[in-house]
Amino acid sequence: MHSLLSNNVYLAAMDPVQKWTLGIAVLTFAFYIGIAIWAKAKSTGEFYIAGKGVPSVANGMATAADWMSAASFIGMAGIISFAGRDGARYLMGWTGGYVLLALLLAPYLRRFGKFTVPDFIGDRYYSNIARLVAVVCAIFVSFTYVCGQMQGVGIVFARFLKVDAEAGVLIGMGLVFFYAVMGGMKGITYTQVAQYCVLIFAFTVPAIFIAIQMTGNPIPQLGFGGEYKDSGMYLLDRLDGLSTELGFGNYTEGQKGTFDMFCITAALMLGTAGLPHVIVRFYTVKKVKAARTSAFWALLFIAILYTVAPAVAVFARSNLLDTVSNKPYAEMPSWFKNWEETDLIVFDDKNGDGIIQYTGRTDKNAAELPDLEMNELTVNRDIMVLANPEIAKLPNWVVGLVAAGGLAAALSTAAGLLLVISTAVAHDLVKKTIKPDLSEKKELLLARIAAGGAVVVAGYFGMNPPDYVAAVVAFAFGLAASSFFPAIILGIFWKRANLPGVVTGMVVGLLFTAGYIVYFKFLNKAAGEDEWWLGISPEGIGTFGMIINFVLAIGISLATKPPPPEVQHLVDRVRFPRKAFVDEENE
Amino acid sequence: MFALLDPASMSETPSGAARARYWRKNLSWLGGLLSVWFIVSYGCGILFVDQLDKIRIPGTGFKLGFWFAQQGSIYVFLVLIAIYVLAMNRLDRELLGEEGDDA
Repeated sequence: MHSLLSNNVYLAAMDPVQKWTLGIAVLTFAFYIGIAIWAKAKSTGEFYIAGKGVPSVANGMATAADWMSAASFIGMAGIISFAGRDGARYLMGWTGGYVLLALLLAPYLRRFGKFTVPDFIGDRYYSNIARLVAVVCAIFVSFTYVCGQMQGVGIVFARFLKVDAEAGVLIGMGLVFFYAVMGGMKGITYTQVAQYCVLIFAFTVPAIFIAIQMTGNPIPQLGFGGEYKDSGMYLLDRLDGLSTELGFGNYTEGQKGTFDMFCITAALMLGTAGLPHVIVRFYTVKKVKAARTSAFWALLFIAILYTVAPAVAVFARSNLLDTVSNKPYAEMPSWFKNWEETDLIVFDDKNGDGIIQYTGRTDKNAAELPDLEMNELTVNRDIMVLANPEIAKLPNWVVGLVAAGGLAAALSTAAGLLLVISTAVAHDLVKKTIKPDLSEKKELLLARIAAGGAVVVAGYFGMNPPDYVAAVVAFAFGLAASSFFPAIILGIFWKRANLPGVVTGMVVGLLFTAGYIVYFKFLNKAAGEDEWWLGISPEGIGTFGMIINFVLAIGISLATKPPPPEVQHLVDRVRFPRKAFVDEENE
Repeated sequence: MFALLDPASMSETPSGAARARYWRKNLSWLGGLLSVWFIVSYGCGILFVDQLDKIRIPGTGFKLGFWFAQQGSIYVFLVLIAIYVLAMNRLDRELLGEEGDDA
């Protein structure tokens, strides 16, 4: 509809928040494109792994941006603010998985020293079948994940620039296409460094402002344990009080079963460790030592956002309850009306008194499914981070900054994923299995075409998303946990693991997990929690898929022939520094 | 700690026994660090969170279990990786000598 107006009319019709958002978004986009042009990839080595020339601090930052997706930036704090203490499954799951990655995977895979995860699986299990299974898993996991990113881009555009979510997804696709297709890993790495700076600034600045407003302490991590505005009452106690008063249950207490929490957290952890787009980041540094160091830097940079997020969740929840609960609808501020236009806030005045009754009363599961009879307000969890600065009445430029941060988070992750998909197709599928005599120039071209194709498919799913942003991503973790994680761990730590065992494990683990998720999320949406197997939610089933994978892989390996001697030698080379073999190489 | 390496053998390839020792030490570091990892996240943050919640961190509004689940575990993870980096760098030097660089 805006396209009918000339640009000037459109600009004049924009409110200050939109102008700031547009300004900051255009500025950051131009910056990313500039970096992409500067870092254009010339060889497949540069395209896949940035020529192994990335310093470890920069790689740590890029890893952090790659890994902190739209789900971390836009979705996570919102989920926590509705789930309370239970939200810790995302905090611990996603950071704890990093410990596994840094200790059990990254250094060894770096020492192996090829391009991709399917490369490792293919060589370690001496088979193109294993490689193919790994390629399919990599593509499947990455696609699931990338759709969530595109959806996040759509939400930001829809709300802040008042364009259709579809148009937003198209703009995001165009941008990612440009720098992922042209720059490859090298371009992506350096744009991700810039995107990390944008997203961490955008996430922490409003949190600091709000922490000062609400608690007088500028450090959000400490502030949310402090007192609320000299009231003599701790912020958390006050929020507990407000929540129980409205029938939502104590914020600082768990609502989910301990076993389900355990399974979901484990699935997220093991999935993080098995995500191919994160693992491949450790191939880009010069040395194994640097791979370890950059894992440390990455978690440090990630931890900044992850320790601020629970504070943001508490601030946002308190502010939301204070602003909307039992207040007249007519007096709602402009952000409320703006989000209503996108249907992400819905008010239904059931008793016709013009007052907003926001309550979780008479329903055990208040945070997830507010009672339909009494509650009049539905707030989409994904908007909490984006709406937070406006709810706290922060200046317009801060609001614009948050929008740009959300875009940076989504785009940086999408780019990393697209690269995995294009590498999987061009390198693992075509070069290594179908047509080994492919020239490097053709392989590079093919990788670019594959990245382009992947952008289009991801865009389609971004416009027709299956579920919440964070939930979609959670599935990708479950799938990664049940397929890659056991195959890589066994490949490094157990020489006896062989082809039939590991391939069966990967295939069955993935099918089991995907089947469970598809059944409960798509085929039988009506099925309630009591129908879940052993009370495990679809988000947590990856943990079981992983156990099945391990059991099958170990059992079948023991029942069949051990892998050939050259594979055992390969495992040694992954375990020890290369210099430990100088002599034996000549034997 | 470099007594393990005979200076004369510095430039030579480490023996099979030295490699076995390296791998054993590597595994025991992993075992130790991952035990802490498990206790802090699954132990303090999930399994025993309700018991820990009865304790408050003095001077703050944090219940201890809640704090571990949403803050403390992440800080501990960071320390674990830092220790791992230092320990492995030392193991590499023990195996390869001072200029042991793992290309």
